[in-house]
Amino acid sequence: MMFRTAIIATAVAVLAVPSDARAETPEEKGLRIAKEAEAFDAGFGDYTAKGEMTLRNKSGRESVRGFLSKTLEQVDDGDKSLMVFQRPADIRGTALLTHAHKTDDDDQWLYLPAMKRVKRISSSNRSGSFVGSEFSYEDLSSPEVEKYTYNWLREEPCPNQPDMTCHVTERFPTDTGSGYKKQMMWLDTETYRVVKIDYFDRKEAFLKTLLQTDYAVYKDRHWRPHTMEMVNHQTGKSTTMKWSDFQFGAGLSGSDFQPNRLKSVR
Amino acid sequence: MISARGALLALGLLSVCTVPTVAQDFGQGSSELGGFVGFETRVFFSGPAFVSQKAGRAQPSLMVQPELRHEWNDGLDRLTFIPYARLETTDRQRNHFDIREANWQRLGDDWDLRLGIGKVFWGVAESRHLVDIVNQSDLIEAPDGEDKLGQPMLNVNLLRDWGTVGLFVLPGFRDRTYPGWSGRLRDQFPTDVHNPAYEASGLARHMGIAARYSHFFGDWDVGVSYFHGTGREPRLPVTVDTGGRLVRRPTYDLIDQVGLDVQSTIDAWLLKLEAISRWGNGDPQFFASVAGLEYTLYDVWETGADIGLLAEYLYDDRNANAPAVSTDHDVFVAIRLTANDADDTDFLIGGTIDRLSGAMGIGIEASTRLDSHWTAELESNVTANVPFDDPMAGMRQDDFVLFRLLRYF
Repeated sequence: MMFRTAIIATAVAVLAVPSDARAETPEEKGLRIAKEAEAFDAGFGDYTAKGEMTLRNKSGRESVRGFLSKTLEQVDDGDKSLMVFQRPADIRGTALLTHAHKTDDDDQWLYLPAMKRVKRISSSNRSGSFVGSEFSYEDLSSPEVEKYTYNWLREEPCPNQPDMTCHVTERFPTDTGSGYKKQMMWLDTETYRVVKIDYFDRKEAFLKTLLQTDYAVYKDRHWRPHTMEMVNHQTGKSTTMKWSDFQFGAGLSGSDFQPNRLKSVR
Repeated sequence: MISARGALLALGLLSVCTVPTVAQDFGQGSSELGGFVGFETRVFFSGPAFVSQKAGRAQPSLMVQPELRHEWNDGLDRLTFIPYARLETTDRQRNHFDIREANWQRLGDDWDLRLGIGKVFWGVAESRHLVDIVNQSDLIEAPDGEDKLGQPMLNVNLLRDWGTVGLFVLPGFRDRTYPGWSGRLRDQFPTDVHNPAYEASGLARHMGIAARYSHFFGDWDVGVSYFHGTGREPRLPVTVDTGGRLVRRPTYDLIDQVGLDVQSTIDAWLLKLEAISRWGNGDPQFFASVAGLEYTLYDVWETGADIGLLAEYLYDDRNANAPAVSTDHDVFVAIRLTANDADDTDFLIGGTIDRLSGAMGIGIEASTRLDSHWTAELESNVTANVPFDDPMAGMRQDDFVLFRLLRYF
């Protein structure tokens, strides 16, 4: 009896699974998961948060950047974001405005408060360091699905959280200006939290690892990490980004993200 | 004098206009004190050229700029107060005080408003700020004119989908500051700042108006501006002062100026243009422009550092009656090194060469952070080949290097 049930179960599985597998290559599965992850987080609207970055060099010397961040979701385009620095004191009030795009280069403006000057800056330097940290501009820009091709590898217990299951997916930046040839991403299967990313540089050498922890959920379905730890394996430097004071539904509007509004941010 | 009067005017207007709306939750707002104190020393390579200039090669001074802000109403209302003072013994004119900002700001959904003393910057070029006209240059601070005096203003900005319209009423004309008799980096004949002349008197002298439309179209940022009022740039005719000495008398004309600034940002290329047409400044009408480009090489030799290469052409067709400038047919080239390190270290070296006279000026600016409160800066200015009729001629012995330490709080 048991034996027969097992056979039937196997037969059903054999019949069912291959038809699924035929329909979906690893590339398609990776893309589908990325789209699902994007859809899962869609509808957050807007939020503000406080960030604090601790930069650490090889010998352990630390320096700290503090900033306020505002993000506005865009349905048909990349999101808009604004970062206003609070620390160190000499760059207080310096602001970076980004209008992300799905496939085109992002639009970016930098506001320098001492001069009251708004400077449009080139966003082609996606691989460059963000304010001296181990995060590059592209690590922090909104991860639009269209910016990568995908290759789903396997499911396995999540790193650091073996009670959760993760999709392990490779993704390949489509932009030739990216600093990476490949990224290996661990994404939990239930809530699509990015738990870990391994970055491989243009020569496919292992470059950096990002670990995202202390997740909390906002408005029932929007998961945000409160700690992001980026370690550069080639230089020994690392950066810890701590997030706090998330406020979803802050009532932000498009005018908060206009270049001409930069003069009044603080 | 004017700045103090301007401040009173602004504060007076402020109290009249805002009392009813702010009363409720002004007290629940948040205040912030920031700013810096600084110490700097200019070291000149040579002794002074003129007898009245103070002997010695070092020019030390102290600066202080507290910044006080109070925000309330969810940050929609803000009061800003930023006084600035410099103390030094070399040049009495340089021992000065100014209110850089003392204003109330209100942010609306698609508009904002500033009332009081403020600062505005327009433009895109590096070598010369042609379009930027709202604030007077605080030339005593530095010969490059990048420091500005606070300007009393009522400024309303309308933020629309099709661009931003900024409207400015600018009451209270500010005279340009100049080094005094004992100071360096001046003309052979010092500017008699105590005895200026104005084309207009009364309200017409003091009331400027300006408007600017700006927007971005894809990779293009565009600004069009108009100004009417007493021009910020004086003519400087040589005359005799009450003591019988030859001086330059600042003479301010009533002008109209139309300005255009455009930047195109394409990959690692920035293309920049600033152009003005000005009426009434000695010359009935003249045209001036700065056009250039900036190209950035990223992550040079995998160091993470960026190198920016800048080139600009400066053109100016004003006649001899207009305020003299040395930037008429000049080429500016510069290299900017940005280390992208934890200390935000950067370095800029630039040279301007007059295509006709061969006069040359070279400037260096560098800065780095020492720790979370201190930064260090280095500047240098060197001229060569300057002919006797060039406005920079008086500075031929004033090549200098400057060290500055700033403590932010």
